Amino acid sequence: MTALLVLSLTLVGVAGTAVVLSRRPERQVVTYSLFGLTLGVLFLALQAPDVALSQVTVGGAVTPMMILLAIRTMDKDQKQRREREDS
Amino acid sequence: MSRRVRLVVFLIGGGAVAALLAIAFLSMPHFGRSEHLYRDLAVPAAVKHVTANVVSSVNFDQRGMDTFGEETILIASVVGTAALLRPAKEETERRVPDTGRTLGATRLVGYLMLPVSLVIGLDVVLHGHVTPGGGFQGGVVLATGLHLLYVSGSYPALDRLRPLELFDIVDGVGAATFAAVGLAGIAFAGSFLANVVSFGTFGALFSAGTVPILNVAVGMEVFAGIVAILAKFLDQDITVVKEGDQ
Repeated sequence: MTALLVLSLTLVGVAGTAVVLSRRPERQVVTYSLFGLTLGVLFLALQAPDVALSQVTVGGAVTPMMILLAIRTMDKDQKQRREREDS
Repeated sequence: MSRRVRLVVFLIGGGAVAALLAIAFLSMPHFGRSEHLYRDLAVPAAVKHVTANVVSSVNFDQRGMDTFGEETILIASVVGTAALLRPAKEETERRVPDTGRTLGATRLVGYLMLPVSLVIGLDVVLHGHVTPGGGFQGGVVLATGLHLLYVSGSYPALDRLRPLELFDIVDGVGAATFAAVGLAGIAFAGSFLANVVSFGTFGALFSAGTVPILNVAVGMEVFAGIVAILAKFLDQDITVVKEGDQ
């Protein structure tokens, strides 16, 4: 049990560091999503399956999808602005 | 502010927070102890109301008021997103052609997992009072499962499958059901969200009184709410164009 806890805590630490160290937002989304999954594993190891389920679905899927869509919309907006300035 | 000054300000602030956290953690109960005051109170209370999943009992029975507040926050964020991301004056919505630039494997997995995740979502909502899960988790599984259609490359199919007017209504009905169950508690037992439905047998689908009803209400609200929020984000990305662009 303790080994499992140490392992999942380490995974959370590594994944969290990876999120901080990814510079480009679109890559950060991927590491953030993985970070969410490792947190889910940690909650499961701590015998909190209800919280793990919420964490995996919200942190692993919904939030990354929102961030990705927001990044894409902002990219599109910027590109259009640049084109307008060029013409 | 120069880089150096900023670093100094950060080190002072960060150091103070770290010290306060260390002091707080040192006087907390030790990690992994076997005695828990709250557990000793919550588990008998859950068993008394025939709720197999103690977490659900805490969320929807013992602390139902807190969950009601959380659901209100969710519905407020749905309304806020809808208000902020409505197409502005200079923007128009257009219909999108089927954009088929998805890998065959992604498509296959998407279509295979779509029915599976919808069934799992329903299962998580309906058995929330017996097994881990509940309305919130199940609702999110349902909402993300539905968006596998988008990941599989078929935005028009997703658009057809989720009539947003209907989802807005489901969202409101879910929240209203929660409030109605709470008011029924006042009417029949004298306190908001009192568990007034008969408890049934331990571990059965019909047990735990109001907990499964509230789970279904929250499931409806969360499912519809998250679909509505994601729809606004998708619209901004896919269908909304500024005039003069195209």
